[in-house]
Amino acid sequence: MNIFSIENVTKTYSGHTALNNVSIDIPESKVFGLLGPNGAGKTTLIRIINQITAPDSGTVLFKGQPLKATDVERIGYLPEERGLYKKMKVGEQAIYLAQLKGLTKSDATKRLKYWFNKFEIMPWWHRKVEELSKGMQQKVQFIVTILHEPELLIFDEPFSGFDPINANMLKNEILELKNKGATVIFSTHNMTSVEEVCDNIALINNSEKILEGSVTDVRNRYKGHIYECKYTGSFQYVLESLSGFEIVEHSEHEANNYIKVSLPESINSNSLIEKIIKNGELISFNEFVPNMNEIFIKAVTGENK
Amino acid sequence: MNKTFTIISREYTTRVRKKSFLIMCIIGPLLFAGMMIVPTYMAQMEDTEMKIIAVADSSHLFYGAFPETEYLKFEYLPNADLNKYKNEFHNSRYYALLFISHVVVSSPNAVHMYSNKSPGLGVRMHIANTIEKKLESDKLKTFGITQETLNAVKTNITVRSVKLSESGDEKESNFTLAMIVGYVVGFLIYFTLFFSGTQVMRGVIEEKSNRIIEVIISSVKPFQLLMGKILGVGMVALTQFAIWIVLTIGISAIVSPMFMPDVENLNETVRIQDFMDTGSSIATQQVDTDLINRELTGMLLSLHNIDFAVIILSFIFFFLGGYFLYGSLFAAVGSAVDGDTDTQQFMLPVTLPLIFAIFVMINTVQNPESALTYWCSIIPFTSPIVMMARIPFGVPYSQIFLSAMLLIITFIIFTWLASKVYRTGILMYGKKPSWKEMYKWIKYKN
Repeated sequence: MNIFSIENVTKTYSGHTALNNVSIDIPESKVFGLLGPNGAGKTTLIRIINQITAPDSGTVLFKGQPLKATDVERIGYLPEERGLYKKMKVGEQAIYLAQLKGLTKSDATKRLKYWFNKFEIMPWWHRKVEELSKGMQQKVQFIVTILHEPELLIFDEPFSGFDPINANMLKNEILELKNKGATVIFSTHNMTSVEEVCDNIALINNSEKILEGSVTDVRNRYKGHIYECKYTGSFQYVLESLSGFEIVEHSEHEANNYIKVSLPESINSNSLIEKIIKNGELISFNEFVPNMNEIFIKAVTGENK
Repeated sequence: MNKTFTIISREYTTRVRKKSFLIMCIIGPLLFAGMMIVPTYMAQMEDTEMKIIAVADSSHLFYGAFPETEYLKFEYLPNADLNKYKNEFHNSRYYALLFISHVVVSSPNAVHMYSNKSPGLGVRMHIANTIEKKLESDKLKTFGITQETLNAVKTNITVRSVKLSESGDEKESNFTLAMIVGYVVGFLIYFTLFFSGTQVMRGVIEEKSNRIIEVIISSVKPFQLLMGKILGVGMVALTQFAIWIVLTIGISAIVSPMFMPDVENLNETVRIQDFMDTGSSIATQQVDTDLINRELTGMLLSLHNIDFAVIILSFIFFFLGGYFLYGSLFAAVGSAVDGDTDTQQFMLPVTLPLIFAIFVMINTVQNPESALTYWCSIIPFTSPIVMMARIPFGVPYSQIFLSAMLLIITFIIFTWLASKVYRTGILMYGKKPSWKEMYKWIKYKN
């Protein structure tokens, strides 16, 4: 079941096309990674989901229904460029922002107290925002984003400005929200965190979607029959015995030689192992699956060529 | 709608709780009350230092001629060497040494006052007037004209203007009073439009530059935010007015009896004031006092004839109308720029009509029936200021109505246009937009 379906959406700004016929399905209760280089159109897409802008053409469905104004209360959005009123008190401001999402004042206060205690920022309730460190402000913003318990959460670069401890805490909170049934759209340039957190991804480049699917699928799609192995023994003999294969990478260490080989589709990986064990002792052998970072670079540069 | 209310209440409470608001609340009425009280108080404040002026009169015309007051005395010196008096002056108890040369009748430079201080204007005028009057009456005598004849020749005229309304009612109007009221109201509206408009602009720039804007417009429509802000700031201004009016009346009521003259001793005060101003002799003072009395009574009479209900109602209307118009324009300017420093280029077209209006307003209070005034009180960009300055002089309701209608239509159109610029502008960062781009923003569908 898809919580959000974007179908054939196009959006142009005075001569510049921000999104060109983009269709993306966001499955429910999953973490969805929205990836792409700067200026690819991610922010425009997020703004369309948030009804900050409307598409020129195409349909946007929220749980199978066309998006309507009250849906903003079912969505939580943490923008990349986020700020707070500097002169306002922390608690008061959080209540205000929660009220704008449709919570009542007493409800908002009750929930805020829970989260402020959990994130250990309760002593700052009556302080002005400008007195808070950047990390603390980020915590406040995160709390405000999730406070109204939205079904769909959008985080744009949520970890920027957090130290590793807090970033980890945040990551666990996001996964916890997913477990409770929320859907998360996660936009970031940090590919390691994509692998850790996301179930599915879509990659946007030059206003078009160029890649979509689950993280495992996408990585398998890009693996291309390459194997890595470590072995001891004569580096030279092994290399010579593999002369028929395409060797992607190799390096010589005393007791730990490394070789990365690209096999033609017709050849089984066993025949590669056979050749190696004749000349040396195999320490490890595995199929090389590219990480998201490599896939990102490959997809985007390949596209741009 | 509920959310717009939440926004209004935030905009309102954060501003009302600011120290600057409290300070303005207190300073405002003090300033207004001060403007009314201080001149009267100053006029009453007598110069209590005893001044004795030595008169060395070589024309022998002025012995005992200078009228004395409680703190200003004259001593007539036997005619001796002026240089001797001058040399002794520093050791004497005299405030000044007045020397009248024997050519005083024919030469304007025949009177000198020597002092180690600079004698005040009041003292100098007192002396000059006395000498002039004395010489005048002496000369009249030589022509055979008596003071009585002279008094009989003088006629005092005050023009009391009575406005004939179409229904035939006669209303006494007082130009000076209408002028003062018109001027104060016009200026108040100008100042508040400017102040509140800038507040709206600052608010927009603040939200844009600290990047909270994107969070907020993912919860509410930009138009709701814009309206909430404009209404919130507008209510702050109205609250300020209300506090000012109450406090001004309060302060005046408490303080006035202590400083302001009662009608009974009005004579007394006016005489003192008159003395300080012109130093004219007692005889003519009496006449002036009567005149001023009549003028004051006239003013008080026509005070009842100025329709304060109309003024207050139209003030609130024209303030709100003008404020919606200019407030939304200021908001559009704020949305187009990244920071306070970039506002100049776009501020000018917005503030120009306001500044023009204030010049017309100054003309209006002097000449309320001019064509310029008429048109500027109808045209919506200047009407809030100019119409308000005109109203104390009496304006036909049909004209007020026409002006009001035009203002409503204009602010609806301009708020709509401004909201379009605003909606796009708040999400644009970096490059300062050109006029052409802003025009494109207006045309964007969404």
